[in-house]
Amino acid sequence: MTDSSMSQPSYLNIKKGLFSWIFTLDHKRIGLLYLYSVGAFFLVGAALGVLMRLELLNPGGDLIEAQTYNQVFTLHGVIMIFLFIIPSIPAVFGNFFLPIMLGTDDVAFPRLNLMSWWLYVIGALFALSTLVFGDGPADTGWTFYAPYSVKTGTNVSMSVLAAFILGFSSILTGLNFIVTIHRLRAPGMGFNQMPLFSWALYATSWIQLLATPIIGITLLMIVAERMLGIGLFDPSIGGDPILYQHLFWIYSHPAVYIMALPAMGIVSEIIPTFAQRTIFGYKAIAYSSMAIAFVGYFVWGHHMFTSGMSGPAAYIFSILTFFVAIPTSIKVFNWLATMYKGSISIEVPLLYAVGFIFNFLIGGLTGLVNGALAADVHLHDTYFVVGHFHYVMFGGTGFAFFGALHYWFPKIWGKMYNKLVANVAFAIIFIGFNTLYFPMLILGIMGMPRRYYDYLPEFHSLNQISTYGSWILVSGLLLMIYNLIRGYFNGTKTTDNPWNGITLEWQTKSPPPLHNFDKAPELVKGGPYNYPNAIDGSH
Amino acid sequence: MNASNFVEGVDFSMYLILSISVFFLVGITVVMIYFLFRYSKKNNPVATNIPHNTYLEIVWTVIPTILVLIMFWYGWTGYRPMLTAPDDAMEIDAIGQMWKWTFKYPDGKTVDSLVIPLDKPVKLNLISKDVLHSLFIPAFRVKQDVVPGKDYMMWFTGQKLGTYDILCAEYCGQLHSYMLSTVSVVEQDDFDSWLVSSPDTSNEHVGLTLLKNNACLSCHTRDGSRLVGPSFKDLIGRNETIIKDGEKLDIVVDKQYIINKIKNPKISGVDGYQSGLMTSYEDILSDEDIDNIIEYISTLK
Repeated sequence: MTDSSMSQPSYLNIKKGLFSWIFTLDHKRIGLLYLYSVGAFFLVGAALGVLMRLELLNPGGDLIEAQTYNQVFTLHGVIMIFLFIIPSIPAVFGNFFLPIMLGTDDVAFPRLNLMSWWLYVIGALFALSTLVFGDGPADTGWTFYAPYSVKTGTNVSMSVLAAFILGFSSILTGLNFIVTIHRLRAPGMGFNQMPLFSWALYATSWIQLLATPIIGITLLMIVAERMLGIGLFDPSIGGDPILYQHLFWIYSHPAVYIMALPAMGIVSEIIPTFAQRTIFGYKAIAYSSMAIAFVGYFVWGHHMFTSGMSGPAAYIFSILTFFVAIPTSIKVFNWLATMYKGSISIEVPLLYAVGFIFNFLIGGLTGLVNGALAADVHLHDTYFVVGHFHYVMFGGTGFAFFGALHYWFPKIWGKMYNKLVANVAFAIIFIGFNTLYFPMLILGIMGMPRRYYDYLPEFHSLNQISTYGSWILVSGLLLMIYNLIRGYFNGTKTTDNPWNGITLEWQTKSPPPLHNFDKAPELVKGGPYNYPNAIDGSH
Repeated sequence: MNASNFVEGVDFSMYLILSISVFFLVGITVVMIYFLFRYSKKNNPVATNIPHNTYLEIVWTVIPTILVLIMFWYGWTGYRPMLTAPDDAMEIDAIGQMWKWTFKYPDGKTVDSLVIPLDKPVKLNLISKDVLHSLFIPAFRVKQDVVPGKDYMMWFTGQKLGTYDILCAEYCGQLHSYMLSTVSVVEQDDFDSWLVSSPDTSNEHVGLTLLKNNACLSCHTRDGSRLVGPSFKDLIGRNETIIKDGEKLDIVVDKQYIINKIKNPKISGVDGYQSGLMTSYEDILSDEDIDNIIEYISTLK
């Protein structure tokens, strides 16, 4: 390394060996442990997705059996939701960068942080064990709707126990971040001097802490129902299946914001850095994260408009759902305004941020269609919802995750990937993504229900296009991953601040030393994005 | 004329929101791309820090608020009429079970595809015998979950002659995507004569009719091919390996075994097949029905 003799070695070099990683208390190494684990599960989930698209290339069951297909989409959902997207940005980039961006040396509870990762690993092992033990992986869909989840002979108990354990991992990460943000900010850094990524994580953490216990107890109720026949959800023994849906969505709708808010935080970091100017509407962005987290608790019923809901319940849930759109649209307009009169470098992270905005707009706007009662009656449980969800989760959060990876790659490893290849990979991913998921929106409007192993002939051509899109997307993803791995091994050394960012992580070395800073970081005067070289436009 | 009375309300709310969405998507994307080039480092070497602008922020808070309230309103007005069926609606029981729809008319006529008269409101009483289903008629823009233990209903008026798909929209297990049926909208006269005609089952074994009407054939084939459960072909006298209390037993299938399994399917499973999916028919089939079924099955060789 080129470190001067005065400074500490980087967190990557301070110790070697497997145990120095899997038992590390360093938030940066834990962040990377998460990166490798969620990355591996992303690839497994994606492979299952490609398998489904192959089966759906033509009508008729020609590749796998119906039962296998049902298990594949369940496993795809469980892996992508619980093992990839919920931990993705908070557990990887939150762990790595939250303490650095706050100007401190670690999270509040490093041991708890390590325990979160171990719980994640144990939960993942539980989920994968269904491949080997019992009567096969669950075939219920990731929603585990009763009473089917009570009746089916597949290994539902183990799958929901996996989700239960993963819930604790998520709760502990949330708890850790809340305390870190309250107690460990650098001297002089008030809440309104925090970077917006911290604000996004703060809002997310409260949801993780308060909503996750509900899914935990609900999933245990499924296990109890299966093993003891208590009669909670299965009407043949006196239960109520609608009760299950309420309990499930009371967590799982806020969980959508666990997945989306951190992504918005990433975009709020990337855009000012590459526009080299202050973020527009700092407080509006920060508080809208909190507003989304808050309102998000009260909209779960919009997943149940066709489950036999009363008129008043339906319109209250519908109107509250529309209220989520307001803080969300405020964020989009603020990002747009941040580009105005910037001095913009079009680098890969910015492309992912712009791709995020485009995809997320489609995801959000199609959400409005689902929020409208009349339209939702037609579109509920169709491919429109599958398309909408993937636009938000993959086109939104997935793109933000890739953007963050390219944005902070030089900080994490002190090296730079090949930018040209990264641009090409982005273009292929963007085109592949939209080719894969846009046809689903049309299929839904035409009336193709989701979770269909086979379909009517009128849905054929759009399913074909969608499957071709999956091939384009996968080639883009593989190119991106190849380029990043190549950058890791052979990338050119970078400076400490290759993008000329001004949040605190850019003040330390790349890669950072074990305790993050060799000397105390200096807060930027006038707010975290107040670029010193830009003209003052605050009049 | 629209296929049903709900098409107009649903499509208006859907296409209104989609149009507004396309406007914002295109507008924001165009502005974003314009900014990327107009304010590129080359065209604008020095950035300007603009922290906020109260006037603009009020505008882009108030306009979305008004728009979403409009969207909400048309969503609600298109949906509200679905909640209450007119008093003069013709009532039909729609029964969903894994994996078959059955429709039962007030006079007892039972069919597996729906036939309704033109321009007459129809109310479906939705009954599930096992798990969640959802009765979805895309052309009519109606969908309602069919939930076991709940007395739900849906209603609509067919306004255009023709035959339309009925799909199951709530995942219900292995053959979810094959739980299909149709609804035919016919003239009142044709409907009346159809309703009194008896289906052509005169040459059909009564046991076969029972198998058809109780969705048995969704899982058990008559030709030896494999579906969800074992085939009925050559069933009596067949050697099977069953799993009872976690132990494998080799048995020869006889009449009593079939009776026991129809009345209490959970007593044992068959090796190689998923167990737990079949519901008990003890309260649905009489002993005479079961005798007829067994008599029919024994002809399948």
